[in-house]
Amino acid sequence: MNNLYLMVPLAPLLGAIVAGLFGKAVGRTWAHRIAILLVGVAFAGSVAIFNDVAEGHTFNGAVYTWLTSGGASFQVGFLIDKLTVTMMLVVTFVSLMVHIYTIGYMEEDAGYQRFFGYISLFTFAMLMLVMSNNFMQLFFGWEAVGLVSYLLIGFWFKKPTAIYANLKAFLVNRVGDFGFLLGIGLVLMVFGTLQYDVVFANAAAHANDIAPIPGFSWNMMSAICILLFIGAMGKSAQFPLHVWLPDSMEGPTPISALIHAATMVTAGIFMVARMSPLFELSETALSFVMVIGSITALFMGFLGIIQNDIKRVVAYSTLSQLGYMTVALGASAYSVAIFHLMTHAFFKALLFLAAGSVIMAVHHNQDIRFMGGLKKYMPITWITSLIGSLALIGTPFFSGFYSKDSIIEAVALSKLPVSGFAYFAVVAGVFVTAFYSFRMYFLVFHGKERYDQAPHDDHHAVDDHAAHEAAQATAQPPAKAAKHKAAKHVKNEHAAHAAKPHETPWVVTLPLILLAIPSVLIGYLTIEPMLYGSYFGDAIYISEHHHALHEMHEEFHGAFAMVTHAFTTLPLWLAIAGVASSAFLYLKRPDIPSAIQKRFQLVYTLLDNKYYFDRFNDWFFAGGARGASRILWKFGDVTLIDGVMVNGTAKLVGMFSGVMRRLQSGYIYHYAFSMIIGVFVLMTVRTWFE
Amino acid sequence: MIFGLPVISVAIWLPIIFGILVLATGDDKNAPLARTLALVGATLGFLVTIPLYTGFVRDTSQMQFVEMHDWISRFNIHYHVGVDGISVLFILLTAFFTPLVVLAGWKVIEKRVAQYMACFLIMSGIMIGVFSALDSMLFYVFWESMLIPMFLIIGVWGGQNRVYAAVKFFLYTLLGSLLMLVALIYLYMQTGGSFEIQDFHRVSLPMTAQILIFIAFFLAFAVKVPMFPVHTWLPDAHVEAPTGGSVILAAIMLKVGAYGFLRFSMPIVPDASLKLAGVMIALSLIAVVYIGLVALAQSDMKKLVAYSSIAHMGFVTLGFFIFNANGMEGALLQMISHGFVSGALFLCIGVMYDRMHTRNIADYGGVANTMPVFAAFFMLFAMANVGLPGTSGFVGEFIVILGAVKVNFWYAFFAATTLVFGAAYTLWMYKRVVFGAVANHHVAELTDLVLREKLIFVILAVAVLGMGLYPLPFSEIMHVSVNDLLVHLARSKLP
Repeated sequence: MNNLYLMVPLAPLLGAIVAGLFGKAVGRTWAHRIAILLVGVAFAGSVAIFNDVAEGHTFNGAVYTWLTSGGASFQVGFLIDKLTVTMMLVVTFVSLMVHIYTIGYMEEDAGYQRFFGYISLFTFAMLMLVMSNNFMQLFFGWEAVGLVSYLLIGFWFKKPTAIYANLKAFLVNRVGDFGFLLGIGLVLMVFGTLQYDVVFANAAAHANDIAPIPGFSWNMMSAICILLFIGAMGKSAQFPLHVWLPDSMEGPTPISALIHAATMVTAGIFMVARMSPLFELSETALSFVMVIGSITALFMGFLGIIQNDIKRVVAYSTLSQLGYMTVALGASAYSVAIFHLMTHAFFKALLFLAAGSVIMAVHHNQDIRFMGGLKKYMPITWITSLIGSLALIGTPFFSGFYSKDSIIEAVALSKLPVSGFAYFAVVAGVFVTAFYSFRMYFLVFHGKERYDQAPHDDHHAVDDHAAHEAAQATAQPPAKAAKHKAAKHVKNEHAAHAAKPHETPWVVTLPLILLAIPSVLIGYLTIEPMLYGSYFGDAIYISEHHHALHEMHEEFHGAFAMVTHAFTTLPLWLAIAGVASSAFLYLKRPDIPSAIQKRFQLVYTLLDNKYYFDRFNDWFFAGGARGASRILWKFGDVTLIDGVMVNGTAKLVGMFSGVMRRLQSGYIYHYAFSMIIGVFVLMTVRTWFE
Repeated sequence: MIFGLPVISVAIWLPIIFGILVLATGDDKNAPLARTLALVGATLGFLVTIPLYTGFVRDTSQMQFVEMHDWISRFNIHYHVGVDGISVLFILLTAFFTPLVVLAGWKVIEKRVAQYMACFLIMSGIMIGVFSALDSMLFYVFWESMLIPMFLIIGVWGGQNRVYAAVKFFLYTLLGSLLMLVALIYLYMQTGGSFEIQDFHRVSLPMTAQILIFIAFFLAFAVKVPMFPVHTWLPDAHVEAPTGGSVILAAIMLKVGAYGFLRFSMPIVPDASLKLAGVMIALSLIAVVYIGLVALAQSDMKKLVAYSSIAHMGFVTLGFFIFNANGMEGALLQMISHGFVSGALFLCIGVMYDRMHTRNIADYGGVANTMPVFAAFFMLFAMANVGLPGTSGFVGEFIVILGAVKVNFWYAFFAATTLVFGAAYTLWMYKRVVFGAVANHHVAELTDLVLREKLIFVILAVAVLGMGLYPLPFSEIMHVSVNDLLVHLARSKLP
């Protein structure tokens, strides 16, 4: 085995150990230097492996045997092919950008080294996930990224909303993992191993089996794939397990970019693409995937329209884009899904980091109603945000155009019974995406300057960071708080509130520029090999019954021709209409949106409450579980088992012995009397039986 | 052999002798000497068990390191000890924890130090005796004498309601094991005058007798595990026990009950075990689901972890009674892991209790602000309790669930709910205790871990992560014995 393979995940792990465990000893500067260097090593290693794989050197082998049990051997091992290496490049590159950006963003935070420790640990876990050659290690990476996500959402652990959000994220993901684990269980039962290669090679032989689920006669592959996909629904935030992602914005912005936009949330997409030999055997599962994806793509987009928190707009946009990728998976266009995953990783990380840059510039305010006209204060952030937004809505030649248009085309050509609905969802989604993206863009960078109107005491709109520190300041005794650097920071913030916005330092803008470049170019450059060439090779399997990608290939005449063709199709005009209408509503006539809001109060309330999912979950699942647990405990354990059975037995013994004690009264006539009765009874019995 | 002495006997008697020496140091004037002597004894006690692992022959299911001496020849009772792949790891686990509890009680216990330390040392020897006894009478003697030191630990150094808890613990477990004695005597007669466990394994028995014996053993073992519905003594015992007592109770004593199922119930009455497996599985799943929910309602940290222990032990009995290698090995791994994790969690609670003198979740909040190092360790052990891959808690649960799918999908379905419930009760507690702003001035005045506490947690963290990342050394030692047991189970013993 190539030692490079080991080095790529272990380098960030080492970085995590140094920054996380010995952060105090090495100090701030050395912590970030070492962490960045080691993530850089991982990126360089990924590039080297990419070149190696490009020459045809794929790898599939074990590192060590983790466990043997019941004839099955569970291994830690790597599968290095084009799919893996694509993910490795995306993960390490975005991670490197975010590491650099963090120097600027977290500059004043007390948990500086801890933060670097976490994001390096995340990089390690994500790499283990994508490089795995078996389900066990996949599950390890899967849960490990969930752990780091949990730790990072709750990074500002003094803030009640943050620690609510991280618990929620972990539990919702666990619901997904519940299905995922059962899916893995079925895989082991059917195939006797968890190694990908063996499972994939024998999958077709089990395509028509009945799943061994007593009481149901489901197809084996459908059952396995749907269970595995439930895991993906948790991790990739698909309806109805999407509820955790918007709340995850409580975490610091760099991790929103890295974890909750570019990499971790795409793990589900990657997983399904990796499992293509299984999913291809079940039309039922693919239809399920497609329906879930299209619901997510369209309905989560709507929610983006009415958000006022800059990060939440981007978060709903992420949900919607993840829906697009899922739809592509359902249409058997796995390579298209991965292609969109890649382009999305660049432009969405860019948008998040740009949002973070804006937040810093306007002194930790996140409400877009109190921004406006920022383009003249921060030109680099402005231009890069524009690039990101254009890529997101699918402007010709930008990377998002190629990936999104390919998804729409793949859905159009899909023969699944649900593809009609999916097609409607993804096409309508184009308008919605364009509308909310440019609503945000216009409100932030154009129009009247409103940054000085932000209400001071509105904690909800204030940046998480400041709220965390504020919580700290109020919670600690005054003497201690005064000593605390962070508390000083809050004061500075308030003093500086009315000050003019300013462009952020180079450590922040450099990653923006470096992400803007692929956001523009990567689609144009890679669409041909990734979708229609032999780029993925054997890594992705498509059944011969699924023609969509094949037909697209026949109609494809180069990346440039795709643009000219786009002008004759609906999506591009919908995108233009979306931008135009948001320009009209938010630049020309800002009075209209509020009028619409009043007019359609019902719809607005529905959207504002996010279709009431959170309320329902809080009431039904969280409340229900708490209520049930109290009743079970009070009634089951305390009253019934301990009260009646255990202490009841003790009481019964006590009562019985109390009665028995009376018999031993010590009076001779009591004993004589009972003797006579006894003799009488015995004699009666005796005469009866004779 | 260690210095010409048989390994298992040394492992049993060395801590007991040290316990007596510690007792001999007398009253609290000599407390420092008692502590040092106890630590030396406990550490030596662990070191002498290491040859059991290194010298263990992995490709046989025969008993190893066997010692056999006459004891009470009138009834053909022997001092007969030995280990196989099933019991060997528990001896190491027991010896591993003794130095840790000695360290944990180092500063906290100020009254009757010598007696306290001696209790744990003697306890350690007795429990090793339980795991290695091959004569059922020897087993029974060790089994019952285990109660005495634990009764004292709870009753003397426990909390306010300690007498109620100690008596409940004692009576509950004693009543359970009395019928076991009857069963052993019955088997003695059936084998024609032998108390050898391995002779019991060979004797053929009619179904009615098998079922009665199974029930007798069940009462003894299920109370110890504890299985639903005979579990209510455990939360009370834990709440009142001092930290060290809770650690030993959770980490080792619960395993003794589960071990009994493997050593007695299943091989002696295989047909009854198969027949009643459905009931056992149902009770196990109730433990996972019902107890998981009950844990959610707890406001006392120790009670919460106690209920969590019951739910985790549900996985162990589930794994046993699905009768396949995955289930059984997963259950054994779960037992070891649960030893590390529950022991660590009780130590975590102990660290907070020593400083705050309350176990009530509502009295805490924001501990991470004042005890960051502690918060990191607590997070690791909480995640291990949640069964996160990479920690030991994952290994057993994962393998048991995989094994359960093979038998019946729905067993696995209900077992897997622990993914959600386990996370809910553990992390919700963690959130309320550790996260958040500093809740009150008591929390504000907390001081972080001292070196002694760090040492304990580092050792446990290495164990938890080591087993999670590389469980092979733990599992390969048990393969042959587990397979042999499964083969044995498949053979009917009906006459």
